[in-house]
Amino acid sequence: MPLLEVENLRTSFYTRAGVVRAVDGVSFSVDAGETLGIVGESGSGKSVTCYSILGLIPQPPGRIESGAARFDGIDLLDCKHSELRRFRGKRISMIFQDPMTSLNPYLRVSDQLIEPLLVHERISRRQALKLAIASLEEVGIQDAGRRVHLYPHQFSGGMRQRVMIAMALINRPEILIADEPTTALDVTVQAQILELIRRQQKDLGTAVIFITHDLGVVASFCRRVNVMYAGRVVESGFTEDIFASPLHPYNAALQQSIPALHRKGESLFTIPGAPPDLSRAIKGCSFAPRCPFAADLCRNSPTPLEEPIAGHSTACLRVLRGEVNDLRLEPALAAV
Amino acid sequence: MMVFLYLRDLKTHFPIYRGLVARRQIGSVKAVDGVTISLQKGEILGLVGESGCGKSTLARTIMQLVRSTDGEVFLQGKGLSELSARAVRAARVDFQMIFQDPYASLNPRMTVFDTLSEAIRTRQKYRRKEMVAKVAELMEMVGLPANQMLRYPHEFSGGQRQRIAIARALAPQPKLVIADEPVSALDVSIQSQILNLILKLCREMELTMIFISHDISVVKYISDRIAVMYLGKLVEIGPATEVVERPLHPYTRALVSAVPIPNPQLERQRQRIILQGDPPSPLNPPAGCSFHPRCPFAIEECKLKAPELAEKEVRRFAACIRVGEI
Repeated sequence: MPLLEVENLRTSFYTRAGVVRAVDGVSFSVDAGETLGIVGESGSGKSVTCYSILGLIPQPPGRIESGAARFDGIDLLDCKHSELRRFRGKRISMIFQDPMTSLNPYLRVSDQLIEPLLVHERISRRQALKLAIASLEEVGIQDAGRRVHLYPHQFSGGMRQRVMIAMALINRPEILIADEPTTALDVTVQAQILELIRRQQKDLGTAVIFITHDLGVVASFCRRVNVMYAGRVVESGFTEDIFASPLHPYNAALQQSIPALHRKGESLFTIPGAPPDLSRAIKGCSFAPRCPFAADLCRNSPTPLEEPIAGHSTACLRVLRGEVNDLRLEPALAAV
Repeated sequence: MMVFLYLRDLKTHFPIYRGLVARRQIGSVKAVDGVTISLQKGEILGLVGESGCGKSTLARTIMQLVRSTDGEVFLQGKGLSELSARAVRAARVDFQMIFQDPYASLNPRMTVFDTLSEAIRTRQKYRRKEMVAKVAELMEMVGLPANQMLRYPHEFSGGQRQRIAIARALAPQPKLVIADEPVSALDVSIQSQILNLILKLCREMELTMIFISHDISVVKYISDRIAVMYLGKLVEIGPATEVVERPLHPYTRALVSAVPIPNPQLERQRQRIILQGDPPSPLNPPAGCSFHPRCPFAIEECKLKAPELAEKEVRRFAACIRVGEI
């Protein structure tokens, strides 16, 4: 049985410009101890999906229109805020993108680290502090006994992200949601942080939902991947399959536009145009206007995620119908 | 072959003061500390390094947005460092910059026409009608519809704004362009559009370019040579593909190995060098080779003397005494 099961989640934002369908029917599941990657460009709905699960969407303007997120038999979307608080920071916790702004600059690291313990456990401050120091040592901060009493500004970016990780893991959660945890960091520090999350995950058996826009990070880190585009999951499967045999043109095009896989002087493949405006209803496939394989069918009929190969799903109608098999793109198609 | 841009032992230090009444200098941040390099005409040099290593300060020093503490910048034989502020402004039509953040680098109260026509005017003045034609031409060149020239920046997406910024940099017909992380703020699918555009324009206009990025795969793709910077100094220079595929300096090795490859099979097989700790503070750099505290290959000798950048193989320079042994 999966640990977390999200079904047909729809989250919209009611803005003056109209209703923005940020997440438009997303379903996926996470097993205990596994790593699920969610990739997509900005505005594809990857963060909103996770914020919705944790009840972190400000309502209004946001609204969860429909869906369920079952965790251990309980629908998180149906919970009252007071009930959710029992889960957040205890059984499910989160690391945010920007370590510079997600710690409170007025509070010592110690106060912020022991807060989840004091809220969720019956524990004295002194014991909590002991655990906090131990958790800082676990994430590789030297001299933790002294440093725990410092303020966040006295730490570097990489160190602050370590503090965030320590804080998120201090209650041994079953699920850790990491929202672009390394995007603001240098590659060398990114490698350290990824290694750290990997090790902690192994030690604690935590499931990780890893949100990122970096396909390289996904390849090195995740067991399974959801590729999101314009509020929908367009392809989902094991990391190897997602990379070796893409089943959706968006995923294929994305991979072919990364410079890492190109030889010098070769023109990069580019996806023409820009992602759609989510405040307008999209009838067919949301990628159709940019897709080199799109047919009339794609623009008019709904495109649910289906599983043609066990463990590998796609939302591309033409691939599902067997009309398109080779998603490799001609460099000649490259538009400047 | 002609040397187009020559930096000679360029240094930019920022003084640090302490005390309100008795203000005294207590040290300096050596953001750029003795950089020597030359570029050929039409060459694209990629500049990589971690944040805080001085890449942006180096760019700003070449642009004369910050004046150097010591050393010289020669553009086509003309020394820029000794020019007056006014002369620099006149000379700047020849060298332009593209900035990282297309949201912050365009004036939100100027239309595209205003922004671009102002840039064109620095080189040559035109009447209104001709100017409209010039702006339209420029917009088409960077792939923007010319009928949108009266729009404001907020009406464009990030990728389109970066196109406007590129058009603005190219408007005075510069010979040298410094692009400071021009694609870092953009999504992958937009990033490739902008990279293609930059490459196309470089070829067509025979631009010489310094392309700054922390993303090695982008730099490898776009540049002819790569220079790696660490704590204000260049530690390795060489042809792009060779530097990435067979790095000489231990820092370059670590940098390359830290970049995740979008290929799960390769990713599982590869061996990683994970550097410990953060880059040291440029306020108080370590003695000897500034990389030695994080270097897995450091020996006693590395702590004593800072290594010089020297040609270790044909056209390949590295500042490390152990290149041959490791």
